[in-house]
Formats: sequence, structure tokens, C-alpha cells
Amino acid sequence: MLTRDNRDPAAGPRLLLSLLAIVLLWPGIRLSELDLSVLLATDSQSEMGRFVSAFWPPAHGEEFIQLLLQATLQTLAIATAGMALALLLAVPASLLASRALSLSAASRGGHPSLWAQLLRWPVRGLLIFLRSVPEIVWALLFVRAVGLGPAAGVLAIAITYSGMLGKVYAEIFESVDQRPAHALMQAGSGRLAAFCYGILPNVAAELLSYTVYRWECAIRASVVMGFVGAGGLGQQIDLSMRMFAGGEVASMLLTFFILVMLADQLSRLLRWRLA
Amino acid sequence: MNRLFNLLLVLGIGAAIIASFAYLGIDFGELGSARSLSQMGAYVQRFLSPDLSTGHLQAIGYGALETLAMSALGTLLAAVFGLLLALPAAGRFGWPLQSASRLVLNALRAIPEMVWATLMVLAAGLGPNAGTLALALHTTGVLGRLFAEALENTPPEPAEAIRLQGGNPVWAFCYGTLPNLLPQLLAYCLYRWENNIRMASVLGFVGAGGLGQMLYVSLSLFQEAQASTVILAMLLLVFAVDALSGWSRQRWVKA
Repeated sequence: MLTRDNRDPAAGPRLLLSLLAIVLLWPGIRLSELDLSVLLATDSQSEMGRFVSAFWPPAHGEEFIQLLLQATLQTLAIATAGMALALLLAVPASLLASRALSLSAASRGGHPSLWAQLLRWPVRGLLIFLRSVPEIVWALLFVRAVGLGPAAGVLAIAITYSGMLGKVYAEIFESVDQRPAHALMQAGSGRLAAFCYGILPNVAAELLSYTVYRWECAIRASVVMGFVGAGGLGQQIDLSMRMFAGGEVASMLLTFFILVMLADQLSRLLRWRLA
Repeated sequence: MNRLFNLLLVLGIGAAIIASFAYLGIDFGELGSARSLSQMGAYVQRFLSPDLSTGHLQAIGYGALETLAMSALGTLLAAVFGLLLALPAAGRFGWPLQSASRLVLNALRAIPEMVWATLMVLAAGLGPNAGTLALALHTTGVLGRLFAEALENTPPEPAEAIRLQGGNPVWAFCYGTLPNLLPQLLAYCLYRWENNIRMASVLGFVGAGGLGQMLYVSLSLFQEAQASTVILAMLLLVFAVDALSGWSRQRWVKA
């Protein structure tokens, strides 16, 4: 006769796995000095409570609004100028790094010869290096090299984003149908002409939408970079936080949300129009 | 008409770029002048001889472990709280709780990790605890929303079958819904963990522990040799994580 079995056959292994995970995580808990109780502890709660209760009403003095407007414009300008500089480096680098414009690939069924791959590696390596160091580290370095202010932010965005854009552009060039460009190159056209007439028409929409998306990311990044002194909204948020000016922090965070939302809408519009 | 609009858009973008450079007023002539270039060259040169002494490498190893621990625990906490918030956010307990939990998730997500870290340093003091909490708070918002979407899209039939057989809602969730959902949840967690390791290594700039704090301190003390070793360690960490997550994704998360 069949009997009902209440036992979960997978319970044992699951229990063992959980125990193993806890044993592995235990040193991690020690290392990260994890202590959730600080969020509820009375003294920090009252400290935080006072700070957070100052959030309402958000600061809205005329002078402060002027400052806020300037910081917001600066953030936008940092992102836009950084992207423009990044494009200056990313476009030539992507053309150099992409396999799509390899002459030897055109006559070998898409696989470039060994030395053609080797010659592309320095450019690829440079792009990897540029994007692997986080932008905020670049910002920190540039703040020390060129001083506090927006110049550091612009250069940091230009460097990191040229690495990302260059890599992604090169991959986008390789992702579309290679035959038009190969046909052009084998018929004797130059590489740039083959790119302009064989590849660009197919990839233009994707390039644009990715670039606009990165611009949106650059706005968020330029706010965060302000925390190490690279100008814009982030620097003001950092200053106000250090002065425990809750109202100012609240209105600047609000401005940040509105900015991100507007950038989102604008990039949607641009992508829809241009793509 | 369409062409005209596109042309106007392109002109507008060009104008925006020129206006940005004009507004910032960065003196590129000054930046690119021989004097400032040689100054920057001298600054870069001090990074070219990284400090590879055993003591410093040990400190970096500890910092890297701290960064890893911060990111792992932050992601784990976020996964737990994210799932707890995702249940109401997916509409399991009626609409008032749904909109309330969505509001909480959106607020958590909208504030960048750096801002959370600054706040947590004020609340919890300097050190990795602040960084872990900051990562957990922001990631809860992100994972909660992703989990809620996954919950809404998962087929309800297995859980309904268990309910119809007389199983209680908790068992129905654990044995009917969760097994289907788990690979997706795991994929989201891995993806966020990858992000969080990068983030954890820079949260230290505002005093939240890990490699970032070491980098910030050694740059402030003008110890460029030590700083360049920290940057190398960050690069290694990021590459290792990329490799590991690529491998584990292939191994465990089938598309």
C-alpha cells in the first residue's frame, strides 16, 4: 500500500549547503564588521533622526536655488563635454580595434590572420585598461593632477567612457553582416570608404542609441564623481551632508531625481527620433 | 519635415556640446601646455614604481578580502530583503501594500550607493559596516524590483496545484513557485554582486572601508607608489570577478 511521505527528499542536501554557506560567510561577516543594530541604536538614531527630519521642507532660498541651478548645469555640462571628448578617442580606437575592417579577414571568411589579430591587441589592451579603472578612481587621480573642479570630472568621464564606447563600437561593427564591407574591400575600396558604405548604414541606429544611453550614464556618474571633488551636483551634496544641512540635501536629491528622469525621457526621445 | 527635425536635433546636440565646454570654461590650452603636461608626467611617473613590499601586499590582501566581504554580504542582505519586499510589490498581499512597497523600492534604488555610503558613514561610523549597509540598501531596491517582475511573470499553476491539494501558502510558494524562479533570482544576484564588487572597491572614498579607503588614504598622504599597487589590486579583483561570474553563469544559469 502506498503511504504518504511527509519528508522532503531534498531537505538534507539543502541543509548541508546552507550550513556550508554560513561557514564560508562567517569570516566575511567578521571582515565587514557587519552590525545591523547601528541602524536601530538610540544615539545614532537620534543623530540620523535629526538629520533626516531636517529634510522637510527642502531648502528653497533664492540664493540656494541659484547655486542648485548652477550645480545642475555644471553636472549636465560635465557629462556632455566628457562624452564629446570620449567620442574623439573612441571612434578612431574602435575603427582600429574592430575585426570588421580587417583586409585579411575579408579574404579569409571573416577570420583575420594571426598578425592582424596581434596588431589589434595593443588598441584592445588600451581600451580594456581605460575602462577597467572605475571612473571615480580616475576622477580622484585627476583632482590631484589638475585640481578640484569640473575639469577632473570631464577628463575622468572622457577616459573611462572612451574605453567603454570604443569596445562596444568595435563589437557592434563586428555584429552586423560583414559581406557588404568585405565586398567593397575586395573590390579595392579603402577601409574608411568600406566602413562608411558597408558597415555604417547598418549600425548607425545601434551606435546612436548606445551613445545616448551612455550619456545618461555619464550624468549619473558625474553626480557620483562630485563626491571626490570633481564638481557639479555631487560636490554640493557632499558639502551639505558634511554640514548636516538636511534641507539642502533633500532639495539636491530631488533635483538629482528630476535630472535623471528628464535625461531618461530625452534619451528615449532621441533614440526614437534618430534610430 | 522629418529631415528638418533630425537636422535641428543634430544642430541642437552640437550646440549643447559647444555650450558645455563654454560653460565649464576649462582652459585646455593651459591643461595642454608644456608646463602642466610635464607636471602631470612627473605625477604619473610616481605611479610607475608600485610598492610590492610584503607588508603592503598583506594590507592590500586584507583590503581586498574586506571589499569582497562587503560586496557579498551586501548582496546577500539585499537578496533577502529584496525578496521580502518583492512579495508585496508583486501584488501578493493586496494593492495598498503593493504600492507602498513599490514606493520603498523605488526610493531605495533612486539614491546612488555613494549617497547611501555617505549617509551610513554618518550613521554607523567609518569602516566597512557602513559600506555593507549602503550596498545592501541600494541593491535591495534594485533586486526587489527585479524579483517582483520575475514573480509576476512566473507561471502560477504549480503553486495553485499545491494549494488545491491542501498545502498551505508557504509550502505552495516554497515548492511551487520558488523552484521555477530560483535560476532567474540567482542570475540577478550574481549580476548585482559583480556590480557591487566594483562599487565596494570605490565606496571607501567616502570612508566606507575596503580597497577604496586605502587608495584614498595613500593618495592623500602623497604615497603614489602604494596607491598604484592598490589600483592594480582593484584591476585584478575586477578581472577575477568577471572571469568567475562568466564561468558560474555558464555553469549554473542556463538561459
